[in-house]
Parts: sequence; structure tokens; C-alpha cells
Amino acid sequence: MSYTIEGATGIWEIVCGLEVHAQVISRSKLFSGAATDFGSAPNTQVSFVDAAFPGMLPVLNEECVAQAVRTGLGLNAQINLTSRFDRKNYFYADLPSGYQISQFAHPIVGRGEVEIELADGSTRQIGVTRLHLEQDAGKSLHDQDPARSFIDFNRCGVALMEIVSEPDIRTPEEAGAYLRKLRTVLRYLGTCDGNMDEGSMRADVNVSVRHAGEAFRTRCEVKNVNSIRFVMLAIEAEARRQVEVWESGGEVVQETRLFDPARQATRSMRSKEDAHDYRYFPDPDLLPLVLDQGWVEGLRAGLPELPDAKRARFVRDYKLPAYDAGVLVAEQSTADFFETVARGRDARLAANWITGDFFAALNRTGRTIETSPVPAGDLGALLDLLGDGTINGRIAKEVFEAMVETGAAPGEIVERRGLRQVTDTGAIDAAVDAVLAANPDKLAEYRGGKDKLFGFFVGQVMKAMEGKGNPGLVNEALRGRLAS
Amino acid sequence: MLTDLTITAAAGALRRGDFTARELTQAHVDAVAALNPRLNAFITVTSERALEQAEAADAALAAGEAGVLAGIPLAIKDLFCTAGVRTTAGSRILEHFVPPYESSVTANLLRDGAVFLGKANLDEFAMGSSNMTSAFGRVENPWKRVGDAEAMLVPGGSSGGSAAAVAARLVMGATGTDTGGSIRQPAAFCGLAGIKPTYGRCSRWGVVAFASSLDQPGPFARTVGDCALLLGSMAGFDAKDSTSVDLAVPDFAAACRRGVAGLRIGVPREYRADAMPEAMERLWRQGLQWLRDAGAAIVDVSLPHTKYGLATYYIVAPAEASSNLARYDGVRFGRREDGHDLTELYERTRAAGFGAEVQRRIMIGTYVLSAGYYDAYYLRAQKVRALILRDFTEAFGQVDALLTPTAPTAAFAQGEKMDDPIAMYLNDVFTVPASMAGVPAMSVPGGLDAQGLPLGLQVIGRPYDEETVFAVSQVIEDAAGFSAMPAIRAGVAA
Amino acid sequence: MSLDPATVRRIAKLARIRVEAGDVGRLQGELNDILGWIETLSEVDVSGVAPLTGGAQIVLRLRADEVTDGGMAEAVLANAPDRVGAFFTVPKVVE
Ligand SMILES: [Mg+2]
Ligand SMILES: [Zn+2]
Repeated sequence: MSYTIEGATGIWEIVCGLEVHAQVISRSKLFSGAATDFGSAPNTQVSFVDAAFPGMLPVLNEECVAQAVRTGLGLNAQINLTSRFDRKNYFYADLPSGYQISQFAHPIVGRGEVEIELADGSTRQIGVTRLHLEQDAGKSLHDQDPARSFIDFNRCGVALMEIVSEPDIRTPEEAGAYLRKLRTVLRYLGTCDGNMDEGSMRADVNVSVRHAGEAFRTRCEVKNVNSIRFVMLAIEAEARRQVEVWESGGEVVQETRLFDPARQATRSMRSKEDAHDYRYFPDPDLLPLVLDQGWVEGLRAGLPELPDAKRARFVRDYKLPAYDAGVLVAEQSTADFFETVARGRDARLAANWITGDFFAALNRTGRTIETSPVPAGDLGALLDLLGDGTINGRIAKEVFEAMVETGAAPGEIVERRGLRQVTDTGAIDAAVDAVLAANPDKLAEYRGGKDKLFGFFVGQVMKAMEGKGNPGLVNEALRGRLAS
Repeated sequence: MLTDLTITAAAGALRRGDFTARELTQAHVDAVAALNPRLNAFITVTSERALEQAEAADAALAAGEAGVLAGIPLAIKDLFCTAGVRTTAGSRILEHFVPPYESSVTANLLRDGAVFLGKANLDEFAMGSSNMTSAFGRVENPWKRVGDAEAMLVPGGSSGGSAAAVAARLVMGATGTDTGGSIRQPAAFCGLAGIKPTYGRCSRWGVVAFASSLDQPGPFARTVGDCALLLGSMAGFDAKDSTSVDLAVPDFAAACRRGVAGLRIGVPREYRADAMPEAMERLWRQGLQWLRDAGAAIVDVSLPHTKYGLATYYIVAPAEASSNLARYDGVRFGRREDGHDLTELYERTRAAGFGAEVQRRIMIGTYVLSAGYYDAYYLRAQKVRALILRDFTEAFGQVDALLTPTAPTAAFAQGEKMDDPIAMYLNDVFTVPASMAGVPAMSVPGGLDAQGLPLGLQVIGRPYDEETVFAVSQVIEDAAGFSAMPAIRAGVAA
Repeated sequence: MSLDPATVRRIAKLARIRVEAGDVGRLQGELNDILGWIETLSEVDVSGVAPLTGGAQIVLRLRADEVTDGGMAEAVLANAPDRVGAFFTVPKVVE
């Protein structure tokens, strides 16, 4: 699918790469024993290490390393058995030590890739350049006081994975698909909760534009975009701005910009325009990080089945259409829910119910799969009642709505409300006779060749039987009587 | 006099009940009161705390639960954070900083019953070789040139206050830190024994950082054996310091009694500086003879990159310092100068808070790490550092330890070498290579120069082999019979 | 490589140390003396030499992921030159 911007001087294409900062799920910080919980009272999750007091030293958290390796494995990436921590030096209010400990020259994870699926069903590989571990900064509050900014170091030192993509992205849609897929993989792995609202996943967007076939032009970095939708909008806005600059005879200058969602435009971030010279050098308080191949293999063995593999298996083993399989694996919990329902049942029927009525009910009630009023076992039991002919499809929908409303089991609802379908041919014949007797004119029209009226008679019979008639038997009885 | 005792002797006497820890501490408290106003060896004196600690030591001694250093009065270089006691690093920027935590090394000493008389003066952020850069004033070396009571000599640096306090008998021992010679050079200038252990032997946790890859705590005392006792307490694995080595602490005091029979001692030919004073030259030869007499074999070795040690040091140390000192920004602790915006606050705070030498080194360090210069300076220095380490590794393939002078000269007078930073830096020419290589090195007093000032010999050992360093140093101490005392000391009105 | 006054000012800016205009010349001289002296390193043949970063010849130890620290906002704030409640403060930062 091509996406281009038509300018006065021709067709422009977007070149985009993403730097995603993903907060590592760990109990304590990357280099200190302080907690990582979100939303705690200011400066309560701060150790003297985090606040960079004199003489304090970093000690690396093993779980954060394991999480980075798991993520690398999940991205089919190169795991670097030797990596190193460097200091990135700059002064800022939210950076107590005056340097961020990061991995610059030797990241823990090298090249990998992410497969994205697009709306037209096509797939693309987006290259991952590297993943490295680094510390998060603290938080500044600028709106509490007319003259001062307030600083809270709770987040300072929390482990981040910076995941840098190749400039392989060509459309806002691809950027969205990449971020969604990355988030899915991180959640499957349990290495990041992917929550962009709470800032545990943030994206820096590098954008440039060019005419097809040209070399890369100057790029700008749009910092800290905090939702997938805004990323897509920011790319579009920034690309349009750059096209305008180039076409008006100007020159795009490499700079850091911010996206303003209200104006749907980017603006220059002047505070970051000081000459950048980070003076990276190896952190002398730390030593090279050397991993054991066996340890890495142990982590590999413990990885869950990842979305791509799961989707392929769903298509193969459950004979699902690729699109449905893709929807079901988007969240681990949905996939698990599906497998519980599908086990020993008609899998396609299970998939249809989940992506149809079930998702609609969650949406309507504002619930998630974890808080669903209908557990997987109950949905399975409903499909069983449908499968063994206890209820028909129409009643099943009614039962399902009752399940959503009351949380009761389907068998109980069917019994309590007397919803078993009627398979007694005597009762069905009687209903058919009554309907035909009550509609002599329609019967005559039918006999006169108006075949379409067959549906009308089915409807009337079902209505007379309060919807509980076995549809097959009703059809059969009607066909028999109308033919005679 | 109680203040003339060694730690070893005092520890025995306390256990026999010859005197109490309180009496021993009081004698030193009195000495501090009498002489510190002149020497300025302490930035902060904690006499009351010391007397309380002494009483606790007496209780422990009486209960038979006393640690090896119970009741021993020490000075703590004011670079070690001490819980509840102001820690300045010799800088205005930390003038009022009171750490809420205790450094691992001082915690070890407290665990063993030591008594802290106060925080010893030092060059600002340990950057200096004269103790002239302290924001809290210069320290006077208690030694005097013969016939010259006027000239005030420097105690060396950066641990100058520690060295002066031990030499003048204000305390029985002291902690120091050594980044390029900051224990060994002041030990030599003040007629003391002092050891920089192997990098990683003593924890750096809670020690204000100067150059992280070089900084290493160590002790000062008046004898090699006392240093062994102190280091035995200070050293040890610390999980809070990622560069701390997980090795058992050997019995250093036992190592002092090993002798040198059968050992091979190397003489690095590159340490024969042209301008070395005759007395220093003679003492070095004498030291080698003492070791030969005690059964060691003397072997000529080469450390070909010695002459590049100092230049390497003056890239690596300022580079690390420029980053380590970025945290002194006036926001979370320490001095703040107001500014109308954040940048102005930083710039004014750091200009007012740091002295000239610290500012100079931060700027050199900033420059050698900056874009376009990193490869030419910092990366190249790291490679030369690798060559310096290789020199030592190869030498230690042939010999068990090295013997060199500690410093090119004896203590100089305050005011000398002050206007030329490089002349000052040359003080560390013999001590810096061992720092760059991370190997243990000790200065031990060997004799006096023609002006009656102490001269030190440096014993350098293999990584983690402080035991051989102590053994060799003890033989030199025994042979030298160094018994000279500084002019200014407890009980002597100078 | 010798520093010009603009570079001295740029380094001072990077290091966040205020240098008065009248001090630039003095600093330039001092820094150039030191840099000229450390220039001797350029004569060492370092080809094929791996850089040595640290004094410790060991590999990095890792710690277990446990919460062992924090929960002491007062102690962390006790030395602050300025604070409001449980926050540190700086002059207002405009982004
Ligand atoms: Mg980045
Ligand atoms: Zn980052």
C-alpha cells in the first residue's frame, strides 16, 4: 500500500524510524533497590543512588537484564553476550547525576525484526536496529508554581529498553502497526506492560521526506509522543511540514520537535537546542556485562508462544481465517480465552462468537477479558448446548445476553426460562397447521408460485413456538405440508 | 606518652588494662585541641562523639567483645561519608552536607571498635598533591627542615590532613584515598607508612568519587604493621560496589612477618629520573641492599610506558571527574547560587562552589570527552593504560614485587610549585603507574634527606597480593629503623 | 590541538561553570599548557591495543530484583537547598 504526499514539485515519500522507550517490568530499579510502582507519593521511591548522592554506586538488576534478553529473543534479534554501560552526560533538572547510564557503543541486543500486518492483509518486515538498557529520568512539574518547577525522582532510574527501528517505515499506518505489534510482543513476553497512558511505552519519531529513489534527506525527531494515534498524526503533520519547507525553497534543519495534538502540528523544542555533546564514555562504576550462553538459552526455553507463532498455529490447527487468527492473538488473554472455548468444539464457531457477540458485549459493558461477565467455560457450555441441539442459534443469542446480564451459567438460564428447543414433531406439525390455517391468502399466493413466502411461514411458525422450534424440523415439516 | 604508641601496642595495652580507651582517646583529643589550630589537619573535629565511642570501646573490652581496633583513635579523610557528620570533600560546594549514610569502609572500622576523632582535611575533591586546594585552608606538614623553623611545608596530597594528623600524633592512624598517589605521596612527605591496596579491595561505596576507575581507599599509620591492622578492617567484599572484588581478606599482619627470603624484587629502570635528588637515589640503593641482605634477589626490569603514566592519568582522571562532579548542581544537596533560569543556577553554583583546580580539571575532562576529541585523547589514553597494565603484568612474570622511590623529592614548601600546575602534577610521576594498573602499592619511610625530611620507598605488588607488599615493606621498615619524629607533635611545643 | 577562546567558552558551557569574560584568557593558557603536555601520548604506538576502561579485572555482578531501598523521602530531601513539600525545586523550566 503506498502512501505519498503530492507536492507542487512532485510526489514525496515518507521515511520514518521509531525509537520506543519501553519501561521494563521489574520490582526494583535498574541500578538501585528502590521500587518502580506507578503513582506513588513524590520522592518516596528514591534511594540515595537514584538521587545521585555523593559516593553512591550503581549495581545492576539481574531481572532487568533478563527482560531485555527475553525481549531481544522475542524480536528474533541478536543477543550480544558482551555489552557495556556508558554515561551520557548532560545537565537537566530531572537527571540528578548529570549523566544517564545507557548503552551507547555496545548494546545488549543487536539486529532483529518485527512483522507487521496491514489492513489490506499484506505483511512487511520492519528492521530493529538495536535494543539497549538505560535509566529513566525523573519527572518535572511545571504548573504548580509561578516561578519554579517541582521535581519528583520516583521514576528516576527505572529500567527502560530503548528499541530503535530501522528507517523502514513508509506510512503512518505502518508506524501504527509496528507500535501495536511491538506492544503485543512486549505484553506476551511480560517485559513491558505497554501502557502508553502511564508513560510505560513512549515513542520518539524520526521523520524525513524524499522523492522516490532519492537518498535520505535531513530528518527531525519528534519526541515523546504518547499514543499510537498521535504517532500516526505526528508523522503526517511533520512530513507535510517538511514538504512545505522543501518546496518553498527552504532547508529542513535537524532538530528535536514536539507534537501538539490540539493543533495537529509539530513545533521546535527550543530548550533542547543547546549544542548536544553527550560525551559518552564507559561508566567506570560498572564493568562489562558478560552473559553466559547457557543462561540466555534458559531464558529462550522459558519464552511463551509469541503472536506470530500462535497465529500460524491457529490457522493451521483450528482452520481459522488469517484475519480472525490475527484478531484473537492480539492479546495473550484473548488467545487463551479462545483456546479454552475452542477445545473439543467447533473452533470456527468459537472464533465467530468471540470476535462477534462476545467482543460486542465487552465493549458495551466496558469490561475487559479479565473482568468479563462471561467466563470462557460458560461460553463453551453455551456452544455445547447449541451443538447438541438443546437450543437453537436464535435462542443462543438470547441466552448469551442473559449470561452477560446475570453472570449465570447457560444451562441454568435455559432451564429456568424454558428455552430448550422443541424437537417434538407432533408439536411442530400442530404449529405448522395452525399457521397455514390462519393465513389462507398467503398459502394461496405461495401455491400460485410466490416461493419467497416460505420464509414468512418459517417465521410465523417460530414465532408461534416462541422461537424454540428446531429450525431444521420446522423447515422439514413446512416443506412436507406445503408440498402436499 | 600514649600518643606515641603504635596501634598494635595500644591494642595490647587496652586488653591488658594498662589504660582505658577513654584515656587513650582523651590524650588524642587534647593533642588535637593543642595542635589542630596550627596544623589545620581536621576540617571537622568530633571530640564528643569520639569520647562516647571510646566509652563504648571500654565497655566492649570489659565484656571481652572488643573488635581488633577497639578504642583506637583515627582520623577519617573528609571524602568518606559519615552518617550525621558533615562531609565536605574539601569543597565549598559541600560545606554544609551531612550524609545520612556511612561509607562501607568507615562502617567496617566502626564495626571493629575504632574511634573517629574527626574528618581530615584534603585537597578539594582529592584533586591535588599538596593539600593547598582545600576550601578549608592549607595543612601544615609537622616536619621541619633542619634549621628552618619558618618554612611551612606541605604534607602532600590529597590525603594531607590524614597524613599530618598521624605524623603529629593527633591520631594513631587514618583513612585516605589514593587515585594517583594520594595516600603514598603524603605518607612519604610525612614519614608514614601508607598503602593503596589493589583496586577493588576496599569498597568505594560512600566515598565521594573523584575518578572512579582509580579511586581506592587505604590506611595511613606510623608502622607497616599498623597499616596491616587497619587495612584488614577496612577491606572486604561489598555488594554495593560493582567494582569490589569478592575475595577473602588475608591476614595482613601475619604477612608482615613472612620476610623476603627467596623473593625476586624488580627495579624498574624507567624510574631512574635524571633529576632525582642524590639522597633519594641513595635511599633507593640502600633499600635494595636491605632486601638483598634479607635474602631477596634483585632483578632489573623494564616498565617501558612509565613516562606516559602521568599524561594518561591527566586524561582519564579529569574525564571521569568531569562526569562524577556533575551531580554537584545545587538542586538536591550542597551549595546553591540562585539563577533566573536553570542553566544560570547551575553555572553560578558550580563557579562559586568549586575551586580553581577542580574547575580546571572538570574543563580538561569535559574537553577530552567532547565530540571530535574523544578518540585522540580519552580512547588513546585507555589504550596507553592497557599498555601500562601490560608492562606490570610482564614485570610480575619475572619478579614478586617492585621497589621504587615514592616521590621524586621530599616535602616542598607551601607556595612552591603553586603557579605551575604541571610542576605540581610531576609529584605523582612514580605513584600514578600503579594506579593506572590497579595494583597494590605501599610507601614506607626509609630515611631522611639532607634537610632532615623523610623520604619514602614504594613497594608495588601483584594484583590482590598485598601480603607480599606488606612482607617487603616490613623488611624495609625493620632495616631502616626509622625513628625520626616530626618537629611538631603531641606533647612537643614547637 | 590548542584551544581558542570560543572553545574555552564552549567547554565551560558544557561543564556548566560560569566563566567571566576576563578569565577566559587565563583559562585558555592553563588548559593549553596541560593539553600540550598530555600531547606526549600521541607518540605511543597503540595500534591493535584494546582500550582498558577500568581498574578491576572482573566481570559485572548482578543483584537480585528486590525492593531494598527507598521509602525515605524526608532523608532524601533533608539536604535540599530549596523544596516545596516533598518536591525538589528549580527555577521554572520552559520546554
Ligand atoms: Mg534516543
Ligand atoms: Zn533513550
